[in-house]
Amino acid sequence: MIEFQNVSFSYDKKTPVVQDLDLVIKKGETVGLIGANGAGKSTILKLMLGLLYGEGTIIVDGLSVTKANLPMIRKKTGYVLQDSDNQMFMPTVYEDMMFGLRNYGMSREAAEARVDAVLEQLGLQDLKYRHNHKISGGEKRMAAIATVLVMQPEVILMDEPSTALDPFNRRTVIRTIQVLPQTKVIASHDLDMILETCDRVVLLSHGKVVADGDCGMILRDRALLEQNRMELPLCMQMQGV
Amino acid sequence: MDKLSGAQSELREMDVLAAGISVVHRLHPLCKLLVTVTYIFIVVSFHKYDLSGLIVMVLYPVLMFQAAEIPVRVFFYKLRVVLPLVCAVGLANPFLDRMPLTQIGNLVITGGVVSMLTLMLKGCLALMASFLLVATTPIDMLCGALRKLHVPKVLTALLLLTYRYVGVIMGEASAMSQAYSLRAPGQKGIHISAWGSFLGQLLLRSMDRAQELYSSMELRGFQGEFFYSDIPACRVSSVMFVLVSCSFFACARVVNIAWLLGNLVVR
Ligand SMILES: Nc1ncnc2c1ncn2[C@@H]1O[C@H](COP(=O)(O)OP(=O)(O)OP(=O)(O)O)[C@@H](O)[C@H]1O
Ligand SMILES: [Mg+2]
Repeated sequence: MIEFQNVSFSYDKKTPVVQDLDLVIKKGETVGLIGANGAGKSTILKLMLGLLYGEGTIIVDGLSVTKANLPMIRKKTGYVLQDSDNQMFMPTVYEDMMFGLRNYGMSREAAEARVDAVLEQLGLQDLKYRHNHKISGGEKRMAAIATVLVMQPEVILMDEPSTALDPFNRRTVIRTIQVLPQTKVIASHDLDMILETCDRVVLLSHGKVVADGDCGMILRDRALLEQNRMELPLCMQMQGV
Repeated sequence: MDKLSGAQSELREMDVLAAGISVVHRLHPLCKLLVTVTYIFIVVSFHKYDLSGLIVMVLYPVLMFQAAEIPVRVFFYKLRVVLPLVCAVGLANPFLDRMPLTQIGNLVITGGVVSMLTLMLKGCLALMASFLLVATTPIDMLCGALRKLHVPKVLTALLLLTYRYVGVIMGEASAMSQAYSLRAPGQKGIHISAWGSFLGQLLLRSMDRAQELYSSMELRGFQGEFFYSDIPACRVSSVMFVLVSCSFFACARVVNIAWLLGNLVVR
């Protein structure tokens, strides 16, 4: 479904941020991207969407990421930005959710039905007509996730979906991710959430893949995690791994 | 709240006002646009000494503010910076134009005084009408209405994005000045030595955010054309609104209604 072939990228043409990345993500897989701050997680997500261009080839659902293919790739892909302030641009949550659907030519009634369904799924009915600038950080986070889910993309990329959420909302997001059938890539420092939602984990350091494999195996490896500025997930710590 | 976030929330409040549900809000945006343009055009066209004729035009904004359920003080408050400027435009007239026009008791009223008052009133009325339009019509409906008039989509998208991005810049500026003041307690404003980096940062941050926002729009299928909120069908009430208001404006322009009424009373 998603394939990185020898991809390298640098913001300033000097310090490489992503180096010779080779990665294949299969359809329906849920992959966790983990790594220290600045490891290159967000950058990799942006490369997949053609928001940044590097060397090498990236293929999303059979289409290589080039200018010409962007509209099609973006139609298939949903992206939850790391900063939800940058995700929402319409006055209200409702209008923001309608924006994408209407752009793809869906009728108002059908779009509204979808919006309502997603809001209900996330328990956000109260947020519907709230103004984006008058909701809290966590509410904005949830709304940003809703704007992406409502599009029903084939691939969902999430950058830190659980930051700023209270335990209840975090749980809702985890449950939602668990039942979504799509291919998902989740970049996060919330290793407990990764453990609960992902089949596979890719550990990055300085733009390189350090480990790639079964979620349970990697997140259990205390030495490996600590080498890369991380800790065992809390639930593992409690189990005394 | 510091000045910047104050300004920002004021701008946002226009969105809230525009989202109201009064009779005026429900009128067709194109009809409102048409009436507003006609109104301003006619107000401006009054002769510079025709103060009494112009007075009648006050009726429109007064009624509209009532019907839109927006207190007039909101207008004066929001435009408190612009209003004095508009009023200042005619201030020189009394000195330039000393031709006596009429006399009340011993007091001679010159053409300059009358034309100054007319000019001020014209300015205020035009501002009021524009404010009413913006305060009762969401910006995307307005853009949608303009698109219906075949205004190029580049222009309407520009208008909409500017409106949105102004908020972004102000938001960034207010966040930065808050961060600054937290670490420079007791200092008023921003010290001159920090202005260079402050402005540079502001520009960079706003550009970054604008870029991210734009990406987020592109990711959801945006290709230059907004699907402005569905413009409601033009109902009879909206057509009536256009007909009645425009014929009233035309009457007021041709016949001096204030003068007629005055004559009736005096007789
Ligand atoms: N716009 C930019 N210009 C220049 N360098 C950048 C830019 N954005 C990120 N970087 C650099 O690229 C590297 C990778 O950044 P990236 O945002 O991908 O990290 P990340 O893994 O998502 O980190 P975090 O966990 O903090 O979100 C960092 O060293 C960062 O300093
Ligand atoms: Mg990141």
